[in-house]
Order: sequence, then C-alpha cells, then structure tokens
Amino acid sequence: MSGAPHPEPSPAPLPVAEVARQVGEVPDPELPMIGLGDLGVVESVAVADDGNLEVAILPTFLGCPALPAITASVREVLVRCGHPEGRVRHVLAPAWSSDRISERGRTALAAHGIAPPVPSDAPEPVRLGLGTPCPYCGSLATRPHSAFGPARCQSMLHCAGCRETFPLMTAM
Amino acid sequence: MTETVTGPARQGTDAALARYAVRLGDDALVLAQQLCGWITRAPTIEEDLALSNIALDLVGHARTLLALGGRLDGTGRTEDDFAFLRTEREFTNALLVEIPDGDFAGTVARQLAYTHHAVLLYEALAASTDPELAAFAVRAAKEVAYHRRHADDWVVRLGLGTAESARRMRAGLERVWPCTAELFEEDALVRGLTAAGAVPAPGPLRERWHEEVAAVLKRAGLPLPAPKWHATGGRDGLHTEAFGPLVAELQSVHRQFPGGTW
Repeated sequence: MSGAPHPEPSPAPLPVAEVARQVGEVPDPELPMIGLGDLGVVESVAVADDGNLEVAILPTFLGCPALPAITASVREVLVRCGHPEGRVRHVLAPAWSSDRISERGRTALAAHGIAPPVPSDAPEPVRLGLGTPCPYCGSLATRPHSAFGPARCQSMLHCAGCRETFPLMTAM
Repeated sequence: MTETVTGPARQGTDAALARYAVRLGDDALVLAQQLCGWITRAPTIEEDLALSNIALDLVGHARTLLALGGRLDGTGRTEDDFAFLRTEREFTNALLVEIPDGDFAGTVARQLAYTHHAVLLYEALAASTDPELAAFAVRAAKEVAYHRRHADDWVVRLGLGTAESARRMRAGLERVWPCTAELFEEDALVRGLTAAGAVPAPGPLRERWHEEVAAVLKRAGLPLPAPKWHATGGRDGLHTEAFGPLVAELQSVHRQFPGGTW
C-alpha cells in the first residue's frame, strides 16, 4: 500500500481540516449522489499518536460490501493531500445510524429517487414506509413492497399515484 | 474476501473469550452459507433478495467475530483463515444452523429460532466488559432485529395461510426445535466468561426467548413444539452428517485458488 513507489513526489501535506473536507466529498460507491461526510460514516480525521493522519470510518452495516472500495478511495485522497502514510480505520463505536445522514444528503437522495430515512426511533409502521412520500410525484399513496431491496440499506415501496417502485433508505 | 478486518491490537490474549467469539462467528458463517443456497430458488425474487441480504449481514458478523477471535487467541488468524483453513471438527457452530435446507418452511422455522436468540444475546452482550465485543453487539443487534421481523412475518403468514402452508410450517418447527436448546447451553467456558461479566448468562435469555417465540407461534395459530430430545455437540466440534458437504462447498473456491483475491 504505502510502500509502493510513487511516480511523483508527494505534495506538501494539506492541513487536517482540508483533508477532512476532501474525505467528506468522496462519493459513496453504492449511493454516488451522496458523499461520505453527508452519509455520516466519517467519524473523525485526526493525527494519530505516531504522527500520521488517521481516518475513522463507521461501517453502515457490518457486512457492507462497499467498505473496501470506500477504504481505497479515502486512501487515495490521503495520498493526494500529501499524507502518504495516512491510514483508514474501521470503528464500530459509535454505531452508525441513518440519523447521521445530513440534510444535504437527504435532499440528494430524494433528488435521485431514493426516499430518505425517517428517524430511527419512529414507530415501526412509519419506519417500514407508512406515510413516505413518493420521491417522483410526492404522492402519499405509497405502500411497502419488500423489506429488502437492491442494497442492504434500502427497502422497496410502491407508489399508487405514479405507479413507480422506489427504494426507501432503511431507518436504522 | 479481498481485505481482512482490522482492529486495534489487543493487550495480551484471552483464549476463553476468543473461543466464545468464534462460536458465535461460526453460527453466523454457517447460517449465511445455508441461506445463500436459496438464491434463485426462493418463492419470489423479493425473497431471494431478503435471504441474500440477511446472509450478507451474517457474513459481516462472522468476519468481525472470527477476526476478533484471531486477535484474542494470539494466533493472529484472519477471518479467512478461520473460514477456509479449518476442518469440520474445528468448527464450533450450534447444530441448529447446519440442519440441511429442504422445505422453505423449515428455513423460516430456523430463522425464527436463530433471530430471536441472536437479538436477545447481542442486546445483552452490549453490556460486555470487553469493549470490542460490546461495540460489535450494539451494531449487530440492530441488524438481526430486522431479520427477526422477516422471520416473524413468514411464520404468521404460513401459519395462518392454507392448510398446506400450516402443515409444512408445523413440520419445519418439529424438525428444528430439538436443536434450539443448544443455543443456550452453559458449559464451563460460558460459566467462566459469565462470572467475569464478559458474556450474559444463557438461562434468563432462554426464558425470554421462549416467551417471545411462543407469542409469535400463538399469533400464527401454531403449536409450540415440545421435543423429547435435544441435540448437542456442535460447540465441541461434533457435527451432523450434513456438515461435511456444507464445509466442502464453503471452502471449495479457496481449495482451487488458494489465497486468491478479486
């Protein structure tokens, strides 16, 4: 990883805040309309005890298949920002929750046809889709179709208004 | 698996906790392997997606737990070492998860037993004195709760469905129930860890589990099975005949391409 020779000399290291901003802009591999920062999976970007930069990532799900891709993308950012020895660490505490998705992230999801998650402490029928507006036509005449969808973090709903089927981010 | 799970280096080793983590990891791994067998064969495409998504979560749980086991026991084994380089006798999963899949209702019965047990166990493990195991449990409990709802829905649907669906659901329950007691076995390993506050005592979990599954079965109009015998041995590596082929299939790609990645 970091031992591989680099064709160009490493650029001057950017300050931590700027690196954190760029890490936050890395698109999620499964939801490319939203950055890791808005998804709420970047727990911290900080200098570790050994002086190297360390990015702590919270997995959305323990078996999330996108994690290796996320790790590789963040590593690329660290190298590009002049921190070739920087590391990515997966941490389980605090547990990621869909409540960590930012307002900007929610807007981006809806704009791409994915209904944003309701609060994780909402009543169960609401978490399963009751009252979820259709991201295409805004109709409230929607009903749960399948609790599992194309990705682990999404369930499927059907809209009786425009007859579209759309994913809802699972409240978790 | 292209990348192994990394975690903080552990101070010293804890062989007992390592064995416990591997037991739970083996439960998740073997169950995931079983559920994947339904892909393209489940009743609907939605059910294909459901079972494969549940299996994906379980693989995530297995990776975390097995990797933790390798750090705790001082061998530094990765989750792949545990999954692909052990023999049958070295797996310590409960026998429940290795019952061969036949009828879909049997799979649903097994999901009912496993998910209610796993949610209760992980919620209690969240109070473990081991911070890593506790952090895993908080996360995993939320995921298995979603699987539990899926299992409950199917039990009620099949139980209250046609005479045929109810008959098959009853048969499935009868088939898996003798293997449920093993989930709550209290051997010397568990007793020692319970005394140290690292893991919850199985007794109270079993009582709550019993109440919960009885309530679901009541809702489904199904009788609670009362098996006259209980299977045991999985935690000591003594498995059923069906386990050999299961492990062979699980490890087949690794045998053909040792160390291969993609």
